[in-house]
Amino acid sequence: MTLAEKVIARAAGLAHVVPGKIVTCQVDLAMMHDSGGPRRVDSKLRTLGAPIWDVDKIVVVSDHYVPAVDADSAHILQFTRGWVAEHGIKHFYDMRGICHVVLAEGGHLTPGMFAAGGDSHSPTGGAWGAFMVGIGATEMAGVLVTGELWVRVPQTLRVLLQGSLANGCSVKDVLLHLCARIGLNNDYRAIEYAGSGMADLLMAERMTLCNMAAELGGKTGIIAPDARTIAALKLAGRQDAVLDPYWCTDAEALVECDVIVELGELVPHVAAPHSPANSVPVTEIGRQKIDQAYIGACTGAKIEDLRMAASVLRGQQVANSVRLLIAPASVATTQAAIADGTLATLLAAGAILLPTGCGACAGLGAGILAGGEVCIASTARNFKGRMGASDSHVYLGSPYTVAASAIAGYIADPRDFLLTNSKASA
Amino acid sequence: MTVLTTSPLIRGRVFVFGNNIDTDLLAPGAYMKGPIELLAQHCLEAIAPSFASSVQPGDIVLAGAGFGMGSSREQAAQALKILGVGCVLASGFARIFYRNAINLGLPALEFDAPDFASNGDELEVDLAGGTVRNLTRGTHAIASPMPEFLRVILADGGLMPHLAKRLGRRER
Repeated sequence: MTLAEKVIARAAGLAHVVPGKIVTCQVDLAMMHDSGGPRRVDSKLRTLGAPIWDVDKIVVVSDHYVPAVDADSAHILQFTRGWVAEHGIKHFYDMRGICHVVLAEGGHLTPGMFAAGGDSHSPTGGAWGAFMVGIGATEMAGVLVTGELWVRVPQTLRVLLQGSLANGCSVKDVLLHLCARIGLNNDYRAIEYAGSGMADLLMAERMTLCNMAAELGGKTGIIAPDARTIAALKLAGRQDAVLDPYWCTDAEALVECDVIVELGELVPHVAAPHSPANSVPVTEIGRQKIDQAYIGACTGAKIEDLRMAASVLRGQQVANSVRLLIAPASVATTQAAIADGTLATLLAAGAILLPTGCGACAGLGAGILAGGEVCIASTARNFKGRMGASDSHVYLGSPYTVAASAIAGYIADPRDFLLTNSKASA
Repeated sequence: MTVLTTSPLIRGRVFVFGNNIDTDLLAPGAYMKGPIELLAQHCLEAIAPSFASSVQPGDIVLAGAGFGMGSSREQAAQALKILGVGCVLASGFARIFYRNAINLGLPALEFDAPDFASNGDELEVDLAGGTVRNLTRGTHAIASPMPEFLRVILADGGLMPHLAKRLGRRER
């Protein structure tokens, strides 16, 4: 079986599953946030009048309407706190970071788990060898009552990463490249990332890969655990973590197809409005002026992402015509960025620090765009109107590319700046 | 429950859209905080400003691939339901949207015939058999069959009434 099939089979209590079969799985973990969580499931649970199946398996994260910017958002956060207290939910992260990132920081996900998240970027959990899918609020209410979720066993589309990334390139570029190459309609497929290039990739990079499986249309993204996974889990407090070689795709397993990416040949990519699929090498974008550069979201504001931006911005200044906004993905991210000097580098270059949370990526909080404005963002989505006015324009790029563009005032190739920086420091 | 979810025949005018109608178009983020009725008035306004004000109960949405891609926000499906859309026909659905639609009692059928109708044509959809008729053109085609257990959820009016039945409780 493939890795995805093995997890589904275990969760369904079956020895074997095949793609296309519809099975009912026991849910090991259910995560929901302030937007799609308590405020949306509460009335449904009251209507059903049934108790929550297992409060220990529920994680609630307030990350969308944080911090409150008006009475409506304040009420949503207040309601979430009250609901968590009423139901005795132990795992509650109130304004500690974006759900997919705090799940990882808290060591909630381990290899072989079957998890459901009330957010479309829930595939991020696949970085830990878990099978984690996004669901809507009504379905979450069903999970909360029954502890079950049906799935159609997906085909596995495997992305084989080979070699290593060139300077100035990141896994975000891999994903933007894939969005153009295999498109956004890979529905009902598990996207497994594997290959010789995987060993070198940090957990944060693996999270970005799985995160954007959502953009490819996949049911989820998943990566077989290795020694790095287990070491990271131990750091997150999971001393019980052990590497079980079972959690991998068997050599004889049937995958639908393999997509090979030579990492060393990849160049920085940028996706033009209004789709991640409009992605091209940055050199083909032309001199596109920008008003805002945004480093944020579960996809592009982890500490490793901030370090990429800092490597470009070191000793440089953001262009007068541009505002560079940075919303770290979690409180722990901000703390790490303070500790290692990353934050000082970013602020010295003229960046503006925003609160931790989903923020402008989801059209919420600070950093919203006016009509006609152009933004380049390290986020995952650039659908029409997503970050503000319906006639605003969002380009997607890596943290390197967003930082380089902030300096230039137009969409720029980060490799030019990294070259300058390495010469300056030599 | 409403007649729309239990009646085997859905009849209405069709609104035709292209590929990859995303959840930010269906449920714009700026209105996510407020009541669903208000959000529904802005459904699809970025590409079809008159949609919300002109759609009538029972009307049908016909689209290409990737319908409902993006966010897990079920307001995307709920907005269509509130506006009275009787059925969504699309060449392909983003999986979360598809599940949300069924869970909310909004029929969603995989129907790979984006040129089957023009805006304003009168369509009739037989949910049980999957036959889609274009009454304006006098043509018909068949949608992909829906798995039996999903048809049961839909017939019950969505996941909540379905679960209430399963748990032996009456919906209040």
